[in-house]
Amino acid sequence: MKVFLYALLAIGAVFNGLGAFALLRFPDVYTRIHGATKCTTFGSIFSIVAVVIYGFVKGGGEGGTLAVHALLALFFLLITNPTGSHALARGAHRAGVRPVGAVVDKLEEKK
Amino acid sequence: MIAEMGFLVAAAVLVGYAFASMLRLAAGPTTADRAVALDTINTLVVATMVLLGAAFGQVVLVDVAIVYALLSFIATLYIARYLEGGLR
Amino acid sequence: MRRWGAWVAGAVFIYAIYLLLTLWTGKVGVWSLGELIGGAVIALLGAIPLTHFVFKREDLRLLQPHRWILFIFYLVGPFFLSMARANIDVAYRVITGKIRPGIVRFQPHLKTDFGRTLLANSITLTPGTLTVDVDDSTGEFYVHWIYVRDPEPRPEDVCGPFPSWARRIAE
Repeated sequence: MKVFLYALLAIGAVFNGLGAFALLRFPDVYTRIHGATKCTTFGSIFSIVAVVIYGFVKGGGEGGTLAVHALLALFFLLITNPTGSHALARGAHRAGVRPVGAVVDKLEEKK
Repeated sequence: MIAEMGFLVAAAVLVGYAFASMLRLAAGPTTADRAVALDTINTLVVATMVLLGAAFGQVVLVDVAIVYALLSFIATLYIARYLEGGLR
Repeated sequence: MRRWGAWVAGAVFIYAIYLLLTLWTGKVGVWSLGELIGGAVIALLGAIPLTHFVFKREDLRLLQPHRWILFIFYLVGPFFLSMARANIDVAYRVITGKIRPGIVRFQPHLKTDFGRTLLANSITLTPGTLTVDVDDSTGEFYVHWIYVRDPEPRPEDVCGPFPSWARRIAE
């Protein structure tokens, strides 16, 4: 049981780290959004699921409350994270930031 | 269970990543880069708060994480609108 | 009529979340009486703005239960799998630095706002793609693709089976 929880936490930490690393490594805004959004969302799923399982195993009022609230936090994170990054990408493109080294930019051609 | 210790370590690692993202927040050449870094930090902070809530057995921290997630989402949307030049 | 349906649906949604947040607080069931009554009042008041914003252009078919079951199945099945693939893909790109970015356009033929939202969020979280803009009038998607294989792609090339899933769930 404990090993399982540790494994979930480790996977979460690895993917979150990948997100932070992608943020530092990629060359322009759009690719950074790619790395940051995907990896931090995926990593957070694993971290929070570890908390949820821990809460349900602990059981009773306190553990159950912890599990349900963590599950709700995960739900909101899953909805808000891609929406926010989509808004940022759109804002960046309208503000005139162009993808570095793009082979094609259909949105630019539209205007 | 000694799982609490594991939660604490994982939370510490996530805080480390948040500091790494802060490098991009400081360095990012455009405003959009900084906004992306801020968004990443917000997600990491939410995950950290949930982990800390489990580590210390305080459900209040998880509630704060929920509210923080929603508020930071609204902040991100506002920054995006500002980038578009929409706050006129 | 539709207005009232939207109001009741929104109130039930808010009340459900409120009850989840206040589990194990008392003796009536597992809630206290004050939480039950206060939550009902808050839900009925909070649903008023929902009828103006969320359900303005939609009809109420999102309330059919089989769509919710499909949605949950979609989340834990194909969506989660491609999300895992997406992360391994990003890891590969981060380490090798092999990118060929570009913004492509395609037409998934989705009509409702909810379907478009679902598809846009799915695209953002799955391999190599990120929604940049959606044309509200024509429904065309502009997607940033991290490794462009085809500058004029069909929807299946960019996001696999997701448009048909979005249609099944939302339309």
